[in-house]
Amino acid sequence: MVEVKNLTKRYGSMTVVDNISFTVGEGEILGFLGPNGAGKSTTMNMITGYISSNSGTVTVDGYEVLENPKKVKSSIGYLPEIPPLYVDMTVKKYLEFMFDLKKVKLPKKEHIEEVMRLVKISDVANRIIKHLSKGYRQRVGFAQALLGNPPVLILDEPTVGLDPQQIIEIRNLIKSLGKKHTIIFSSHVLSEISATCDRIVVISNGKIVADTKASELSTVVSGNQKLRLDIEGSQGTVLNALKVIPGVLKIKKQRDINDKTSRYLIEYQNGIDIRRDVFKAIAQADCVILDMQSGNETLEDSFLKLVTQDQTKDKTGGAK
Amino acid sequence: MKAILKRELSSYFNSAIAYVVMAMFFGFSGWFFVGTCFMANSSSLSPTFSNIFVIIVFITPIISMKTFSEEKRQRTDQALLTSPTSLFDIVMGKFLGAFILYALCCMIFFVYGLVIMIFAPADWAVIICTNIGLMLLGGALIAIDVFISALTESQLIAAIIGMAVGLITYMMGSIASMIGIDWVTTVLNSISFTAYYSNFTYGMLDLTGIVFFLSVIALFIFFTIRVFERKRWS
Repeated sequence: MVEVKNLTKRYGSMTVVDNISFTVGEGEILGFLGPNGAGKSTTMNMITGYISSNSGTVTVDGYEVLENPKKVKSSIGYLPEIPPLYVDMTVKKYLEFMFDLKKVKLPKKEHIEEVMRLVKISDVANRIIKHLSKGYRQRVGFAQALLGNPPVLILDEPTVGLDPQQIIEIRNLIKSLGKKHTIIFSSHVLSEISATCDRIVVISNGKIVADTKASELSTVVSGNQKLRLDIEGSQGTVLNALKVIPGVLKIKKQRDINDKTSRYLIEYQNGIDIRRDVFKAIAQADCVILDMQSGNETLEDSFLKLVTQDQTKDKTGGAK
Repeated sequence: MKAILKRELSSYFNSAIAYVVMAMFFGFSGWFFVGTCFMANSSSLSPTFSNIFVIIVFITPIISMKTFSEEKRQRTDQALLTSPTSLFDIVMGKFLGAFILYALCCMIFFVYGLVIMIFAPADWAVIICTNIGLMLLGGALIAIDVFISALTESQLIAAIIGMAVGLITYMMGSIASMIGIDWVTTVLNSISFTAYYSNFTYGMLDLTGIVFFLSVIALFIFFTIRVFERKRWS
């Protein structure tokens, strides 16, 4: 549905987006993740045709954005980082204007009312946007993007400025819209992305550092799965018992908790589950497992690792 | 284009700007009218028409200062430029919105013509010709001001530069005469807004003047479109 190929954007000597490529399939929700200033908004602005790229192509539904801007623009609903609101208009008047601007060919009154109901702004329909709170403004911006039921939705940090209740509402809305629309949405909040998206693209310093399923992000970074155990028993016995379990790659004692108990970290192969074997082996060795936890990194850890890895690489690269 | 034009007009008339501009225009033109017709016991509107140029120089930037600068400041240009509406339609919508407000201001001269008719026969040839001239002159200045507005995020800067440019076009004749180099004088005289405009105030429908002002309008609308194209490509 959306195909980004070798996209690059330079401002002077600074490369903001560096040769990135990814595709989003129909009905997929893609999370676009990266720290502030990583190039998320720039990429989105290029996909929507607001700015041009220095090289590379963006294809939406088979049309190239610079060759066929009208076709591409009419199939994208865009919510920029700062919602483009005419603050001197009422919500309804604004949506009517955007409806005309986007040349939507649906019954005007019904469609606008439907969209307002969807993002829950019907109660402020006749209020001037200037007087609305940030959360409402954000939702008016969201409504504007939904006008005309565009097949592709591009949302730049759509939940910024909302309260927790509204964030959950918007997330659920995105999820339900994901059934009919292709959605790219950016955020620097990981939990948000992992709760909503099928796939995550992590971008740092203008480069893509990961492009995986949400559930696999941590294994992409750390390689193997990990298990963290607190075991009561002598160290030698424990290590010997664990060593022979098939699939175990590395065992490390992290620290002693007290005289008898120590904490171990086991790295093992992807795709298998060794927890039962570990339990039996330790029991047979007459030791006791007091605590067993997945040692896999949390999404936050993986994300930080990805981003910092990239930065250190950059620094060494710059020193050459 | 229709959507943009509609929004422009409603934004003028829903804020104070349309009323302030019209009040200012009616006030000053009325002052000139009283001064040059009633006080001087004359039925000719020509002096009023030549004086009004200065007011137009100040009024057109005020009308057009916010057309694009405000869009850029509020980031609403993002909505315009990512919509399937073409750049030409966007710029034309903005230009026409400003132009219609200006044209409404100029309608007052027909009222003055009617007032004159009470006392003496009015010279409708002059009034109609000059109104055409006023439309063209104002249109050209508005096109320039819209272009200036597209270059900045500040309404104030757009207005000040617009006024400065307007004054230069007004004084072009005297600037030209101050410069000793012949060909420069010729060039400056040939782009003098005042010279082209004053032909209309004598009741002449001057074809070169019409072509000149229409060219200026077309040129600056083209420049404004280029500003956004360039911004996209930079």
